[in-house]
Amino acid sequence: MSAEEFLKSIRDSASKISRKIRLMEVCGTHTVSIFRAGIRQLLPKNIELVSGPGCPVCVTSDDFLDKAIEYSKNPNIIIATFGDMLRVPGSKSTLRESTGDIRAIYSPLDSIRIAQENPSKTVIFLAVGFETTAPTAAATILEANRLKLENLKFLSAQKLVPPALKILLSDPAAQIDGLLLPGHVAVVTGVKAFEFLQIPSVVAGFKPDEILRAIDWLLSRIAENRSEVGNCYESVVHRDGNPQAQKILDSVYEVADSNWRGLGLIPKSGLKIRQEFERFDVEKIIPIQIPESRPNPNCRCGEVLRGSIIPTDCKLFGKICKPEHATGPCMASVEGTCSAWFRYGGSHFEF
Amino acid sequence: MNSETITMAHGSGGLASQNLLRELILPNFSNPALDELNDGAILNVKSKIAVSTDSFIIRPIFFPGGNIGKLSICGTVNDLAVSGAIPKYLTASVILEEGFPIDDLKTIVASMSKVAREVGIQIVTGDTKVVERGSADGIFINTTGIGEVIDGVNLSPRNVQAGMKILVSGFLGDHSAAILSSRHGLETNLESDCAPLSKLTQEMLATEKNIAAMRDITRGGLAEVLNEIATESNVGILIDEEKIPIRDEVRGVCEILGFDPLNLANEGKLIAFVPSESAEKILDTMRKNPFGKNACEIGEVVTNSRGRVGMKTSIGSIRVVDFPPGELVPRIC
Repeated sequence: MSAEEFLKSIRDSASKISRKIRLMEVCGTHTVSIFRAGIRQLLPKNIELVSGPGCPVCVTSDDFLDKAIEYSKNPNIIIATFGDMLRVPGSKSTLRESTGDIRAIYSPLDSIRIAQENPSKTVIFLAVGFETTAPTAAATILEANRLKLENLKFLSAQKLVPPALKILLSDPAAQIDGLLLPGHVAVVTGVKAFEFLQIPSVVAGFKPDEILRAIDWLLSRIAENRSEVGNCYESVVHRDGNPQAQKILDSVYEVADSNWRGLGLIPKSGLKIRQEFERFDVEKIIPIQIPESRPNPNCRCGEVLRGSIIPTDCKLFGKICKPEHATGPCMASVEGTCSAWFRYGGSHFEF
Repeated sequence: MNSETITMAHGSGGLASQNLLRELILPNFSNPALDELNDGAILNVKSKIAVSTDSFIIRPIFFPGGNIGKLSICGTVNDLAVSGAIPKYLTASVILEEGFPIDDLKTIVASMSKVAREVGIQIVTGDTKVVERGSADGIFINTTGIGEVIDGVNLSPRNVQAGMKILVSGFLGDHSAAILSSRHGLETNLESDCAPLSKLTQEMLATEKNIAAMRDITRGGLAEVLNEIATESNVGILIDEEKIPIRDEVRGVCEILGFDPLNLANEGKLIAFVPSESAEKILDTMRKNPFGKNACEIGEVVTNSRGRVGMKTSIGSIRVVDFPPGELVPRIC
């Protein structure tokens, strides 16, 4: 079916469902694609798209960044990180504002090269991300282990999406009628990791017509009151996911509790480095103390991440909080909800 | 030249500096004004002049489709060209890092000479400085250009009015996508579009003197230049996603790294705001030039939404195109 046909079908379903419907796109890449294609403007008035907690930078808690900044002050330490982390505010400042040696890299494997080139320094890779990037971080630890590269360490805050969705949906205030599940995460986990969900949920691709197809899929289930979990990204996502990536992940990491911005401490929602590879865990090798972080009371990123407010409900939005000097991570990250609202003009405008 | 790399002596005005000048610079750039070797070049101009300056820093220095030398000529030539001027004279200042390979410098100078000859611009004065190892990234080049403004031509965002058509000279984003791919080990066949556009602009202006405004589409890409014009002219701009020429490979690089192709830099593309009735005629002219062969119309100037840029998307919606966010940062997930 073409985009136009999906839209027609979406309108048909929406007219059958008389009430307001809230669909959450969990993944930040979906959020950006939805804005770039202008999908919100085309949906019937009773269909609302809400952005979820699927931007890895956004859900990383202040104390992680504060630790990274504290480590960066040590002249014998090089911080290697994805560029998107640089502008994210911790409780006091950002990594970019730090005077330490901080290198933006594109793949965790680049940190191996940096460690080899700087044998007298300790290189710390900031391992943030979901199931998508965790296998590469795990592979990097295995490679460092094989190379006996003792000066490469990891500050790890890897997170798992399904437990966060469970917590999010358990809040009656969330009022989510359906979920667009993250395509890249599902490549690794498979659809089966989401089959526990009790509301219509579907794995979606990232092209405009793939997103429309998934929205259409959800609305037809909602219209029929069927809470099914499906896959509209069959070309790359399988029910069992990628067993090889899962194996690498399991060999290095074990499931642990994790602290999410906006959602708090969620049991079994993160990954920690197994004892066997503990010597790569920087917090074990070079422990540091940071003062307890006090989040900016005016920043409402937490509520944005839960889908309980839209960015324009925050009084900082677009005024003192803009992409180039963000107060909160949802504005700082290229995949943050606030940044997408700011850059792509919110949901409706006249031309 | 005896040494194989640049030393501090090459920048200190002694024998080594003289050798560098006489063996490398002069033979490549020779022209009457330069060969006088006065402290200042004496130039003849026939009309109003346009002046533009730019500094070039790029990593990698050699990239698919060009190098920093070619870029340093094209960049300034293109700024003059889209100002409605015929590029005539150029200054070139080079800052070298100690240890820079002289063979690389030779290649860069040869590229500068080649493209300057193609354009018909003379490099009339210049300077070379050397900084200690670690104080620069290999080589930095600044060029300043002087061009003669074509009689009767007046290009300015102030001329842009509702109803005008918007033309671009070819595929967008090749330069950034090629650089990013080579920097991050993505295998593509992409090449930078680095090219001088002065012949193209002269042909366009010969076809239609009343072109309202032109810009070269460099840093910040199409999104930047459209927003600049919308703001400076206080008009609305509406473009059509399906008409914007972007190669599949560039889209692919953008998908992998999470970039918007509208924000990618070019080094050999221009945008023109032209009267609606001459759009086809100008496009015909552009398509006959090798640097305009994929030229096309991408949208128009509108009366509402002043100061803003909108885009009809591939699925029939309209969304805002804002100024790009600055530094291109890849997504994590």
